[in-house]
Amino acid sequence: MAASLPFTRRKAGRFWIILACLLCLGSAVGLVLNALSSTIVFFMAPSQVVAHPPAPAQTIRLGGMVVAGSLHTGKTANNTPESRFDVTDGQAAVTVQYRGILPDLFREGQSVVALGRYDGHDFTANEVLAKHDETYMPKEVADALQKSGRWDPRFGPPPDTASWNSMTTPPPAPQNKQGAAE
Amino acid sequence: MATLATIFCPEGGHFALALACALAFMQGILPLIGLRRAESPLITLARPLALSQCLALLFAWACLIIASLGDDFSLKLIAETSAINKPWAYKIAGLWGNHEGSLLLWVTLLSLWCAGLALLPAPTTARPEALPPRLRARILALLGLVGAGFSLFCLTASNPFLRLWPVPADGMGMNPLLQDPGLAVHPPLLYSGYVGFAVPFAFAISALLEGKADALWARYMRPWVISAWALLTLGITLGSWWSYSVLGWGGYWFWDPVENAALIPWLTGTALLHSVLVVEKRSLLQGWCLLLAIATFAFSLSGTFLVRSGILNSVHAFANDPARGLFILGLLGLYGGGSLLLFAIRAPALPSPQTGFSPLSREGALLLNNILLCTLCAVVLTGTLYPPFMQLLFGRTLSVGKPFFDATTIPLTLPLLAIMGVSVALPWRQARTDKLLPRLAPALLVTAGNILPAFWLFPTPLAAFSALLALWVISAALCDLILRLRSLPVGDRKLHHLPRSLWAASLAHIGVGVTILGLCGMAGSQERLIEARPGTHTTLTGRDWELTALTAHHGPNYEAVEAHLTIRHHNAHGPILATLTPEIRLFPQQGQRTLHVAILHRPLEDLYAALGSVKEEHDPQGQSHYTAILRLHENPLASWIWLGGIIMALGSGLHLLPARRRLLRMKRQVQA
Repeated sequence: MAASLPFTRRKAGRFWIILACLLCLGSAVGLVLNALSSTIVFFMAPSQVVAHPPAPAQTIRLGGMVVAGSLHTGKTANNTPESRFDVTDGQAAVTVQYRGILPDLFREGQSVVALGRYDGHDFTANEVLAKHDETYMPKEVADALQKSGRWDPRFGPPPDTASWNSMTTPPPAPQNKQGAAE
Repeated sequence: MATLATIFCPEGGHFALALACALAFMQGILPLIGLRRAESPLITLARPLALSQCLALLFAWACLIIASLGDDFSLKLIAETSAINKPWAYKIAGLWGNHEGSLLLWVTLLSLWCAGLALLPAPTTARPEALPPRLRARILALLGLVGAGFSLFCLTASNPFLRLWPVPADGMGMNPLLQDPGLAVHPPLLYSGYVGFAVPFAFAISALLEGKADALWARYMRPWVISAWALLTLGITLGSWWSYSVLGWGGYWFWDPVENAALIPWLTGTALLHSVLVVEKRSLLQGWCLLLAIATFAFSLSGTFLVRSGILNSVHAFANDPARGLFILGLLGLYGGGSLLLFAIRAPALPSPQTGFSPLSREGALLLNNILLCTLCAVVLTGTLYPPFMQLLFGRTLSVGKPFFDATTIPLTLPLLAIMGVSVALPWRQARTDKLLPRLAPALLVTAGNILPAFWLFPTPLAAFSALLALWVISAALCDLILRLRSLPVGDRKLHHLPRSLWAASLAHIGVGVTILGLCGMAGSQERLIEARPGTHTTLTGRDWELTALTAHHGPNYEAVEAHLTIRHHNAHGPILATLTPEIRLFPQQGQRTLHVAILHRPLEDLYAALGSVKEEHDPQGQSHYTAILRLHENPLASWIWLGGIIMALGSGLHLLPARRRLLRMKRQVQA
């Protein structure tokens, strides 16, 4: 019974399978490429942000150390907590504005990653991340610190809060900011 | 007394682990030799070897648990993850929250699956469908080979019984985030799902070795695929619920590499679940089914181990050790690569199907389902692996998050849902359009009737459209159940007389629909962040939330601050709806804080409150005031997400119960 089936029907079955596979694969490749071009978020260190400011509409991940003494908190008119702090990689500092609850492990002098947009002056964060483990530094921040020459993993663990404070640049002066906006 | 336990337990456990490793090697090698030489004594060894390996591993666990309960900090694992003041339940559950313990758990669960296979009754005239002894021996041997590799890894590279000298007075304590009942059960469930896919893998390898993957083979394999799939579904559901209720960010899925590592084998496992059906009913797609079984297990392995080795950088990866990663990559290469090689050599020799394949048939729909699921899997895999590869090859640090996965997975899931509704109404071989339309009409009507309400209720058109498709899936499954009920003879029309497999499939589909409805509802969640003193009122979606008090209390190994919230209907004078008490716990030993979210689950929405932090402020009169930062959420249909997962898992589990037809046949045989 099965063997007597017309060959053309088997062939037609194959044709449908291949057509469906190709359609699916094609649409998946299209979707992935489209999504990769529009939704990918690049990581930048503060010095990179200052040297090559991203487009104001582009979301980036800004990572570095929170400058000690730079955290100011307040609240908006409708009781939403609001905070400002500076993030640095030892070469430049960027002021981050954030509306929301800072994560539990957010500390001055420790590493942080902020997700948001840079308008040339300030970085407006939608999300602020600090790792769950206090001794752990986000890999991207560690890499940025290495690139800026502030820390070499061969010489031990990342600098602690106290020594980091002495390494951080002072809060950016107004002329610096103008330089960044250009 | 204590010293005796201190000496005996770790060494006894260590010995039992070594013994289990040796037994696994024997289980892997002896039956295969026996099958080759047709020596039945060696073949029959498979069962006792599997059982004794399982007993040895359970004994190792017992030793580890006694040592942990007795605070034996001479064990490195216990010193690093436990502490004297940790609650006793977490002294046990904390054992599998780290690399060494979770690996031991993996190996033990594999041996439990083997024991399950070994304990199944042999085929008799009453149960002719039980696994034949030779096939069982072959499968136990293959599973023994898998277990041997991993218990060797456990013994050499990640031994949980390593000692520490000098013995510390107290342990370092566990990550407080892991001190949660959900996380105590999450790894065993997830792992038993991961490990469970080793059994279909062994079935696939055995089919390749024998050069035969027929309908009977698929029928033997199907219960194992279903049980592994159900456990993995439960594990993922629980993990998602954990991140919703413990991490306190209000989200249920973060597209974190660890979550994706569980989702990828789930997707291929779902495809496998459906393609096994096609092999069983129509003897088609055998090669594809074998490939899926191999791929699912390979993804499970990489999911468990690549994540743990820290190759995919993530919040969850608490072990960053490249040496272990290399060992694991070796094992993965051996099992994954070896089986793919075997597939490439042996698969072309499998008998090819002689029948046609109509696109408008059950098998056609199932094939389309497989294609879509595998495409989804490829997309998730791309999104997960793209960042580490870019980092490795081009040194560019980037992240791929929710926007990417939303943009790619949603357009692929929607057609999948549409097919799910049609497929239940399609017969095998060839469907006739004139018969198909009346079968689908009720579900179509229900869906069409809800178009306006859906667009009215759901916040975005996409959410409304997805919710309609979910409704389509649910109503098609229900409609199929009703039609099948009506096709039974009049005197026999009872719900429990329907075949178990039909119930399993319908409930699993309904579960998917319920989960999708939950996801669509969550698209409309409302969130408010407030900084409040006791007595402050806030309005969120027509309800009044009042912070009534802030109180402090002590836990066994933490200090806590609680915020007491009262939620009223309408406004500040309305009737009280609920009180919520979110809290912050401070663990002094680790210097770490955790949030404890308060959630009120209601049928149509969750009220969710998280306490972010508490500040002390002094006013000019010198009085201190406490201010709390609170996050309040209203999450529509949130609990449906996990309810759907439970329906999927338990519903498909129905399939494992003995079928009624079989029971009837047995009864008849007894009477005769």
